[in-house]
Amino acid sequence: MKPPEPAQRRVSLATREALWAFAFLAIPLAFFLFIRIWPAFQALWLSLFDWHADPSKRPFVGLEHYEQMLQDRLLLKALQNTLAYTLLGVPLQLLLGLGIALLLNAVTRFRDVFRAIYFAPYVTPAAAIAWVFSWMLSPNFGIVNEILSVFGIPPQPFLTKPSQALATVTMIVVWQNLGFQVVLFLAGLQNIPRDYYEAARIDGASNWQLFRHITFPLLNPVMVFSAVIGTIGFLQLFTQVVNLNFTDQGGPLGSTLTLALYIYQVAFARFELGYAAAITVLLFVIILSITLVQLRLLSRRVEY
Amino acid sequence: MRIVLVTLFALWGAALAQGQVTITYWQYDFRSKVEAVNELIKKFEAANPGIKVQHQTFPFDAYQQKVASSIPAGQGPDVVNLFYGWLPTWVKAGYLQPMPAEYIKVLDSEFSSLAQAAKVGGKLYGMPTAVRSLALFYNRDLLNAAGFKTPPKTWDEFLSMAAKLTVKDGNKFTQLGYAMAPDGQDHHLVREVLIRQFGGRPYSDDGRKVLYDNAAGLKAFTFYTDWLKKYNVGTLGNQFFPGNNAYRDAFIAGKVGMIIDGSFAIGTIRNGAKFNWGVAELPLEKAGGRKINYGSFWMHGLTPLATGPKLAASLKFLEFLVSEETQRYWLEKVGELPARKSLIKDPKLTLDKVYGPFVISLSYAKATPFVDEIGQRKVMTDAINRVLLENKDPAESWRIAAAEEQKLLDNFWK
Repeated sequence: MKPPEPAQRRVSLATREALWAFAFLAIPLAFFLFIRIWPAFQALWLSLFDWHADPSKRPFVGLEHYEQMLQDRLLLKALQNTLAYTLLGVPLQLLLGLGIALLLNAVTRFRDVFRAIYFAPYVTPAAAIAWVFSWMLSPNFGIVNEILSVFGIPPQPFLTKPSQALATVTMIVVWQNLGFQVVLFLAGLQNIPRDYYEAARIDGASNWQLFRHITFPLLNPVMVFSAVIGTIGFLQLFTQVVNLNFTDQGGPLGSTLTLALYIYQVAFARFELGYAAAITVLLFVIILSITLVQLRLLSRRVEY
Repeated sequence: MRIVLVTLFALWGAALAQGQVTITYWQYDFRSKVEAVNELIKKFEAANPGIKVQHQTFPFDAYQQKVASSIPAGQGPDVVNLFYGWLPTWVKAGYLQPMPAEYIKVLDSEFSSLAQAAKVGGKLYGMPTAVRSLALFYNRDLLNAAGFKTPPKTWDEFLSMAAKLTVKDGNKFTQLGYAMAPDGQDHHLVREVLIRQFGGRPYSDDGRKVLYDNAAGLKAFTFYTDWLKKYNVGTLGNQFFPGNNAYRDAFIAGKVGMIIDGSFAIGTIRNGAKFNWGVAELPLEKAGGRKINYGSFWMHGLTPLATGPKLAASLKFLEFLVSEETQRYWLEKVGELPARKSLIKDPKLTLDKVYGPFVISLSYAKATPFVDEIGQRKVMTDAINRVLLENKDPAESWRIAAAEEQKLLDNFWK
């Protein structure tokens, strides 16, 4: 009697593992699709209608909202401001973050304490930060102007005048983000093998050469990540702007207004959610294109 | 699990059998108001065993966002609390339903004329419990120390007091006569009070045309910006003092002689100020000149979610919220002035040292017909700030403001 043939394995082990992987991935994927991607498309759809609480009463207006954007002076202001925040904030944040990370990397004692100190602002609520800075930067009672006056500098208006408000908000946001930036760079620095430095030292490289040819190129992945994340953060700036000038949000004279804040005002103070959705689409396109350009320009594969 | 389900069904059945209706009421988070409404709901439910009221609150800065997204999803409130200035926007976007016509008669005959602003296009969309007006808060100790026995009656007196009370040490102020706050209450002061006192009108009767772009309007506007530029009243509240409501906080800290603020600030000032202070009606352009004030209110509106048995229950609850009994309780508990004429006339109120000036002002107060409250506030605030912060010519700045505001009005009414 012939022994029974073992049942033909129809699914190979590799396929089965892949299937399991997909099964597990399906949950986050579904979440991502329904919570992230689907609403994005809904915004696109919404931007073609005038808003009404009753969905059956939303008139189709086609691309009217996109035309409206061309005439919108405040939108232009918000757009200019948002780009100014980004151009000012991202380089500053990267530079300061790298500088402090390099210094901290050289420190061997209390490094964790310093790291915690730098990280603290990142996890402090924006409202609390706004309160503290409003006191420190007060033209009349603030400690900063007190210090400036020691050097004979007259009191500066900081947040209260259009000429300085945007720069002041940027400084505060950079200060707040710095901790996160430093932690990223520190992790990057500690990933660079010591041997490279030792080998280069034996070859007689100077400190600047070490930085220029080893540290900087090998930090590239962290740099790219930080630049992209930082840029997106500044392009979506909202909370700090709202809190730093609570009774004239985006002021004085619209000098701190951002795209995200303008979208919020159009949507939830004017109830023009269709138009707000159109501006959201604009913001999405801006973020996407800048991010793609950054990835293309900044990424360098460095191996030694 | 099974037990829970069975219990739920049993409860549901019981509720149905009793004809129980549950309605939802929303307002923003403000402690004394939240506590007051909780108490009121207890009273209301005791008197109306068939109705249960759910009370939900949200932080002020997220409130409109919550309303905007919840009602289209069918999840939101049946009765909703809103600032009257938001009303046209909410109505246009379909967030409120008109109240039955019989309530219009009640509003017309029994409520302060301010409450007329609860109507849009002849239909009534809600009613207020309380109303507010503006007045001059003054630091009696500072005024007395400077030799002034009574608060100012005219703007001339106001300005000479303010100048005398302003103290500067080098290039820093240590005390202000008046704390200017364009984004506080001063934009209302210019729009509704000064323009009219100087013989102008801010808007046409239907609220669709800006009328202040003329000599009277410009005179009023320049008069206000001159307080800082010419009359030395001090500086802007937020350049003088830190914080979100710098002008008020500075007053509470005892560093400002006078501020103009709403009756809603009484509680905060009473709790914080550690000196003798008083309240006076707003100064006049000249002795015997026109008395005018800006009045406003929060109202309870009816959303499209209140249908069928919920509609009847919601109307009942709304009626209760604006009843004489509730308004009396509200004044005591929250400190806001009642919206009913019968209560405003109460001599106990008109003679009150703090409430009196506000109550008297109510009789001649006007509510701005806002269609885009944030936008219109920004137009006026910016008009002032262009002159005070950027040294723009007042006439030029005023012209820009009129054009911008007309555009907002046209955009809404198109």
